[in-house]
Amino acid sequence: MNPPGISVRQLCLTLGQQQLFSQLDLEIAGGAFTALLGASGVGKSSLMRVIAGLTPPTSGQISGSDGLPLTGRIAWMGQQDLLYPWLTVEQNVCLASRLNGKKADRDWAQHLLERVGLSHCARARPATLSGGMRQRAALARTLYTRQPIVLMDEPFSALDALTRTQIQTLAAEVLVGHTVLLITHDAAEACRLSHHLLVIGFAGIEAASPLQGQPPRAADDIHVIQSQAALLKQLSRIAG
Amino acid sequence: MRSRFAGLHRGVTLFAGLIALWWLATLTSIPAFLLPSPAAVAAALWQNADYLSHHTLITLTEILSGMALGVLLGGVLALGMTFSPWLQRWMMPLVITSQAIPVFALAPLLVLWFGFGMSAKVAMAVLVIFFPVTSTFFDGLRRVTPGYLDLARTMGASPAAQLRHVRLLAALPALGSGLRMAAAVAPIGAIIGEWVGSAEGLGFVMLNANARMQSDMCFAALFILVLMTLALWLSVDLLLRRLITWAPETI
Repeated sequence: MNPPGISVRQLCLTLGQQQLFSQLDLEIAGGAFTALLGASGVGKSSLMRVIAGLTPPTSGQISGSDGLPLTGRIAWMGQQDLLYPWLTVEQNVCLASRLNGKKADRDWAQHLLERVGLSHCARARPATLSGGMRQRAALARTLYTRQPIVLMDEPFSALDALTRTQIQTLAAEVLVGHTVLLITHDAAEACRLSHHLLVIGFAGIEAASPLQGQPPRAADDIHVIQSQAALLKQLSRIAG
Repeated sequence: MRSRFAGLHRGVTLFAGLIALWWLATLTSIPAFLLPSPAAVAAALWQNADYLSHHTLITLTEILSGMALGVLLGGVLALGMTFSPWLQRWMMPLVITSQAIPVFALAPLLVLWFGFGMSAKVAMAVLVIFFPVTSTFFDGLRRVTPGYLDLARTMGASPAAQLRHVRLLAALPALGSGLRMAAAVAPIGAIIGEWVGSAEGLGFVMLNANARMQSDMCFAALFILVLMTLALWLSVDLLLRRLITWAPETI
């Protein structure tokens, strides 16, 4: 069963006095990694919040590509790891069960922790973890709910370069088969991780030429570096 | 553990030093009815142990009931204000006003309304701690990291689950500082109430002893009161530390 894509139709969003989007149409392919690249302040995060159902749109429809609503099919990973400091790492991973009054699936959580390389920290409090480990735990928490669609809002932007590269690779590996929408301002990250590239500016959203090969791509791949340069050029043009 | 032990050691040294100073002062020509010696106060404590413990128990009951009631009322109001902006707009001025009224001036009225019994003192203690508890708890509930709640919402958490699993827990450290404050000031409320009019309690003992120039008895009651307040604060602090192990220590 293929995971559904995301379909945004005629979206208008006005926050306060500022009109962020009007009549926006957007299709995110199912089962693939799509990066949405844009400068700060163009409304990337707002778009993500609308898709996640956290901000109601002023008008327009958001649904799965199968026409069904997205509610209950989304996992969200924000700019901060948002691990609850009063829970252990394992309890954080099982958060969705806790919030919905269900019994935690500890075997599944343990498996996920192993997969992100944190099985030795299951009982630790988040405060004792490094920034990279915290994002790994957040990744495991995102996978725990087995949702077909994963929304990621610059989840790696606060990490140092080496840790970021490692976690990008990990994310690309564990999220295979999901519909992923990754918001980022980092052209290198977008080129390494995505099947599809979208560039957003005040003028609107347009697609960028896709890359060859399967993500995660090597950061020093000549195609990755070339498309990074092209992407930046496109970004500055669309930013106006 | 080591730091707590070191703290205890400092406290004992400080306390002993103060008593030594006090004792030196009584060696001068100050008459005993103005400043009794530590030995006289200790004797008063010992000889009147039954009498003092009876009144201590009364005051302690007033303080604890006042704290329980004040924390309950403050907690309920803070929760209400968190979920209803309407309630917040109407109640916040009242909360501030409750702090603007000097409780000392209110005490005679409360005694008039509630009588000489315990209820007037409990009401005083409630009034004194109501503001710190309400405002700290409200602040804590309001300042939950928005991302925590967003995350819970994307996982389909009901408002009740968000309150129970996110807001309340995130607000615990703030509530903790309100509770510590309450433990430190609740005795003041109870004692003010007793000073204004009572037939029992440590405040009554002090008032009575003062009138008869029994300053050693007055000091003994004061000593018990200080010990009681310290013990109350320390137990609240210990309980909170046990409960909120995850919050970063800032002091």
